[in-house]
Amino acid sequence: MGRFIIKRLFLMAFMLIGLLAITFVISHIAPTDPAALAAGPDADTEMIERYRLEYGLDQPVYVQFGNYLTRLMNGNWGTSILTTRAVADDLLLYFPNTFELVVFSIGIAILLGIPLGVTAAVLQNTWADHTIRILTVSGVAMPMFWLGLMTQLYFALYLGWFPLGGRMNMMTDPPDPITNLLIVDSILRGEFGTTAEALTHIVLPAVALCFPALASIIRVNRAEMLETLKQDYIINAMAHGISMVRIVSVYALKNAMLPTMAMIGLRFGWMLGGTVLVETVFDWPGIGLYAVQATISSDFEPIMGATIVLGGFFMFTNLIIDLVYAWLDPRIRGQI
Amino acid sequence: MPDKPILSFIDFKLNFDTFDGVYQAIDGISFDLNPGESLGIVGETGCGKSVTAKSIMGLLPSPPAEVAGGGIWFDGRNLLKEKSSTLKSIRGNEISMIFQDPMTYLNPVFTIGKQIVDVILAHQKRGNHGRSLSSKQAFQYGMELLDKVHLPNPRRQMKSYPHELSGGMRQRVLIAMALSGQPKLLIADEPTTALDVTIQAQILELISELREQLNLSVIMITHDLGVVATVCDRVLVMYAGQIVEDASIKQLFNNPSHPYTRGLLQAVPDPAKPNKKLKGIPGALPNLLNPPIGCRFQTRCSSASEKCTRMPALHEIRTNQKVACWNVGTA
Amino acid sequence: MVGSTNQRTNLATVMLIQDSNEDHASESFADRHASTYRTLRLYARTFRRNTSAMFGLAIVVVFLVVAAIGPWIVPFPEDATGAVHLDIKLQPPDSTHWFGTDEVGNDIFTRVVLGTRTTLQIACIVTGVAMLIGVPLGMIAGLVGGWVQEAIMRVTDVFLSVPGLVLAIAIVGALGPGIVNAMLALSLVWWPGYVRLVQAKTLALKNEIYVQAAYSIGASKLRIVFIHILPNCTSPIIVKASMDMGMAILGAASLGFLGLGAQPPFPEWGAMISIARTYLPDWWWYSFFPGLAISLTVLGFNLLGDGLRDILDPRHRD
Repeated sequence: MGRFIIKRLFLMAFMLIGLLAITFVISHIAPTDPAALAAGPDADTEMIERYRLEYGLDQPVYVQFGNYLTRLMNGNWGTSILTTRAVADDLLLYFPNTFELVVFSIGIAILLGIPLGVTAAVLQNTWADHTIRILTVSGVAMPMFWLGLMTQLYFALYLGWFPLGGRMNMMTDPPDPITNLLIVDSILRGEFGTTAEALTHIVLPAVALCFPALASIIRVNRAEMLETLKQDYIINAMAHGISMVRIVSVYALKNAMLPTMAMIGLRFGWMLGGTVLVETVFDWPGIGLYAVQATISSDFEPIMGATIVLGGFFMFTNLIIDLVYAWLDPRIRGQI
Repeated sequence: MPDKPILSFIDFKLNFDTFDGVYQAIDGISFDLNPGESLGIVGETGCGKSVTAKSIMGLLPSPPAEVAGGGIWFDGRNLLKEKSSTLKSIRGNEISMIFQDPMTYLNPVFTIGKQIVDVILAHQKRGNHGRSLSSKQAFQYGMELLDKVHLPNPRRQMKSYPHELSGGMRQRVLIAMALSGQPKLLIADEPTTALDVTIQAQILELISELREQLNLSVIMITHDLGVVATVCDRVLVMYAGQIVEDASIKQLFNNPSHPYTRGLLQAVPDPAKPNKKLKGIPGALPNLLNPPIGCRFQTRCSSASEKCTRMPALHEIRTNQKVACWNVGTA
Repeated sequence: MVGSTNQRTNLATVMLIQDSNEDHASESFADRHASTYRTLRLYARTFRRNTSAMFGLAIVVVFLVVAAIGPWIVPFPEDATGAVHLDIKLQPPDSTHWFGTDEVGNDIFTRVVLGTRTTLQIACIVTGVAMLIGVPLGMIAGLVGGWVQEAIMRVTDVFLSVPGLVLAIAIVGALGPGIVNAMLALSLVWWPGYVRLVQAKTLALKNEIYVQAAYSIGASKLRIVFIHILPNCTSPIIVKASMDMGMAILGAASLGFLGLGAQPPFPEWGAMISIARTYLPDWWWYSFFPGLAISLTVLGFNLLGDGLRDILDPRHRD
């Protein structure tokens, strides 16, 4: 197993470089001349040329890429025009918020999705199954930002059950950081009032974010359970008098989980993309909102930084999912 | 005075509701199984032998399977009329089944040990054995069972996964699972078809040995007459959902009486007669969506006539031999 | 089904032994094409029985029709080209303005209807371009193998390791907002999916016996591709494309919502919602109806895709 992890980490490093290559290419297809951008709006041609030399922008592409990688690894991810801070600092500041939102979201999707999928499979073709299926089918079709807006409208504004946006009320102080994760820190510091407040703020965005994933997970799990329940080893278990409850929840489920895990991985990626939308709607101070604001202002470095962070996060999550997959399926474990 | 039969099929009929229509799989079969007897059911693929076996334990999904008449009597109860909870308590405890392809019948993501222990614990929950086993005791018992089926190093096998075992070993595991509830009747559905010939012999030997040791009644389903000759006392020959001959091994091989049985035996090469010409049975299986009325073999039978449109009952033409044919013996 | 397969096997076996002089010319046209007929019947029945697929098809057809004849059926065509009626701005839905009016007094229903055409155009172009790039690359990767395959698949993997919308935003961020750049960005995000699908299928097909047989009797590689491999790839590609239409619509709307896609006053659903957002909550209908339109269209394509998969992918048939 250890060898597998190391092999995958190497692969991940390689993929990260590939990702950096992509961001590098993207940043060089920008119509604005990078040298002109660096020199500022008042520069004349001579100054721009000097900037070009200074930043090595006249060098061949692979050298520039090498410089780029070196620069990134030294922690220099550029400066944001909008926030006037170093992009690296901004990312460190905003990432924990996105992390909490996403983890919360995928948690809901998994904890609700798997039981609902199993239920729909076991109660196939009853009204419960049909209701669940209608929900899942519409869930995948609704745009996340629209769902967010509508829930914000109804549950926050109209019913007043939840706050409109942001992470905390204006007047509340965040707890002193230990992990930099707000909810976790507030629990660790014993400030449960803050925790409760943070939780009410996270509900609506997390629900909007997780809805398509939840729907997909239910669908896949249901389909896989139905397939698995037709398998011969289930007939064998039935032939030996094992109870249906055990057959469904243990024997069948473990087998059905394998493709479900794959779907969870796929949907997690969409979820990370969706943070851009949901954070915008709910004013959630995360990487998504950061990236969007940067894009609107043509502030280039933050966009690249956000892409790298989110891409890296996704790769890492995929690694974890592969590990869970191997843990679940002994046949794969044997091949590692 | 013969013992009361342990299992009786009385005029059992079964249909399948399919996309193309109603498939009349089993057309009124009747037979008895005596305690301690080993009964073979032979026939070509599609004749209904596997369906018959699965019907005993109620393992056919319904829909599309539908019982269309008759009864299956076990230990004085009609299994077709019992509640599913009763059936569940019978499964594995009084009647056990082993299947054809041991790879697909074992759950790939759990260890052998876990699967056996689960089965053992499931049996005891039915309160059949008076003792209540803990998981550890069940594990012990599991290893004893693996030993009984001659699996080397039971402790290691318990911790293995199905894909780590060979075909023969997997089948032994399935047999061990089947024996865990100390059943009276063992149904073996083509247990050796998926195995190599040499392993086949070992498994058959194992089943015979266990049968003697535990006084099991066995139903052996196969399309291979050689298997039947090795382990069975008596044989049912099935064709297209009907039983055409019911005879002891000796009578079947010495005096095959039904035209189909004769055709089968003529199609099998005889090592003692290498020059014997093999004769196939002309024609094809009837379409069971629209089967012929009466004897379903009539379309291929050289001695078919008008009276074959009425299905003849199985009647005794000698001791230990019954045939369903108008043209054999006294009708 | 139990009977027919065994029937065919037994028939084959018996015919090997039997010595008959059966004359096959007496079979009718119906007999000879019985199996094709049955397959078609099965397809039709599966699809018809699948009410959700029929529903999906209905929705898609409605939207296609609306997209086609939209400009001619809208009640207020001048509202699409920038007419301004400030006196009736931000009115709730009523009998003249079914979806209400927006901040410049334009009829929202008109704009939603016209947005149909925009949206479908974007989705078709994105999916089409993605297929045009992805399918050939996938086939090349599958057929040629070796380092070419490795190279293509690695690049594909890297693209797939970035969440789609994030990459699209990055590309649009570099190129500048606009509907063409949005389409380009989305296409670049989408093509890797097709490469993977086609490569896997090609690889599987390459090892099929009939392909190897064709190869061994000297069929040219090109012939093998077009006659054996491509037709067998079409059904998973069709299924994926119909599912992708829904996702492409969502992607385009998302970019529009962020202000990175179609720019106002272009009638695009996402862009409309982005402006409508500033008029929440009092004038909620402005955000509600375009979003509803998005949901319904995507729903239609998803259901249709599911239905197609049900008939084209035998594993899902019961």
